[in-house]
Amino acid sequence: MPQPVARSAILSLILIAGIVGAAAAIFAYTAGWLSPRRLTPDKMVDALTPPGVDPAGHRRNHAKGICFTGMFEANGAGSALSQAEVFTRGQYPALGRFNLATPDPNAQDPTVRVRGLGLRIATPDGQEWRTAMIDPPFFAVSTPQAFYELLLATASKDPDAMKIFAGAHPEIAAFAAWAKSAPWTGSYAEERFNSLDSFIFVDGSGARHAVRWSLLPDARPVPVSPDDLAKRGPDFLEQDITERVRGGPQRWAMVVTVANPGDPTADPSKAWPEDRRTVAVGTLVVQQIEAERDGPCRDINFDPTVLPAGIETSDDPFPAARSAAYAKSYDRRTAEAQDYPRTASGAKP
Amino acid sequence: MSAVGQRFTALQRLLHWLMAVCILAMLFIGVGMVSTVMPKYLTLVSIHKPLGIAILVLALIRLVVRLIYGAPSLPADLPEPMKLAAYLSHYAFYALMIGLPLIGWAMLSAAAYPVVLFGGVRLPPILPQSDGLHTLLWNAHFYLAFAFFALILLHVAAALFHAFVRRDGVFEAMAPLSTHGRVVLTDPQSDRVA
Repeated sequence: MPQPVARSAILSLILIAGIVGAAAAIFAYTAGWLSPRRLTPDKMVDALTPPGVDPAGHRRNHAKGICFTGMFEANGAGSALSQAEVFTRGQYPALGRFNLATPDPNAQDPTVRVRGLGLRIATPDGQEWRTAMIDPPFFAVSTPQAFYELLLATASKDPDAMKIFAGAHPEIAAFAAWAKSAPWTGSYAEERFNSLDSFIFVDGSGARHAVRWSLLPDARPVPVSPDDLAKRGPDFLEQDITERVRGGPQRWAMVVTVANPGDPTADPSKAWPEDRRTVAVGTLVVQQIEAERDGPCRDINFDPTVLPAGIETSDDPFPAARSAAYAKSYDRRTAEAQDYPRTASGAKP
Repeated sequence: MSAVGQRFTALQRLLHWLMAVCILAMLFIGVGMVSTVMPKYLTLVSIHKPLGIAILVLALIRLVVRLIYGAPSLPADLPEPMKLAAYLSHYAFYALMIGLPLIGWAMLSAAAYPVVLFGGVRLPPILPQSDGLHTLLWNAHFYLAFAFFALILLHVAAALFHAFVRRDGVFEAMAPLSTHGRVVLTDPQSDRVA
């Protein structure tokens, strides 16, 4: 009976090919290969780099920055909101990076509207709190998808692109108004930096509190006109902070703002009302400045989802998107380290 | 070890099917998480890390079990190239089951990312921070994961070929449930003695 055996063998082979092919297809779908519209970390990071900018070896956004080290001095008040050790009264080593929200590592300091601060605080229990904050009081857009579309509109050659974008995402108007009217300062040390994203603090009893946090400068902000800033040179912010810290530690108070029930936690473009409860939880003390090229912040990804037990992400969609995009940026720039070589004296073995 | 109709031990079969589920989930989670910026990214990453460590532990246990109990011999009439492919694939599986989690752990270490498992348990770094090592390990993790999935597809195709076409008892040796051992014993092609 060779005939039926051969036929059943062929049918079996077809069945096997079908099973294997289906498995491969589901895998391809999961990987996004069949979904060209899916917003991937690669697309987001690609969109950050405008034509004419070479970011090789650098962060794909907030590309220009300078490292600092110091301490976070917790006053203990935060323990009422979160069980994280970082809020227990004490001093914890801090590492961070002052930066400019630009994809261009060679940007001129006076030209960049948004300034930022990346921070990593380590505690003896082996946990870490990483956060990356900026100085506007609210974010430009409501969703990561809108941020991606903003990047595309900004880079678009279509003169109406921004108008069309603003029509679809009216929240951008408030940000544009802030960018136009908010005073500029001449120093990172005079900036207030805000998490903007909402997170959840979990206290010792397991109660959950929706919060945002800010760093409020000890130094009094002195408004400087953009015209005057333009005269200060392309790296004046880095020079200023280096000189200030050489003269003495610079301080920021860390203040946690607690949401009222119903406050928008999923949308960082919406500021919470001014009267919300705030808790000063400690002080960031910046003690030393180091150039980024050989500095300790260079290879740190200030991923805002690296959180100690006691701090969690909320329904805000941005930290996840930032984590995915920051990781992609990290993968790319560490693979391009030869394009941003360390100096011989600072080279790691 | 060469008795006709011999199967892998119950422990080996349990480990095989448990790990099959874990590894397939792991590979799908892996390619899914790196292709999205949605909130599920964080959920997937938070499963990927502890599941990877679980696979590493299971693979080490399985390797010991394999060294103790061995494997049923392949049918004597299996062509030599297929025998060779079977042996090599088993080495490749063990190398990937143990190697991929270690490479992932080392990759995160080289990037100074904390490796957090369920319940906030943290693993220590197994490498110092390094651009070059991170890039090397990232590429290895990425490409070996696709190689792993390709190997699994081949493995499934081969297993089904044994089950449907050759009907030589190889599939039944690892089948999760007993088939009363009759499949092998009634194989008319078998020239083996019980």
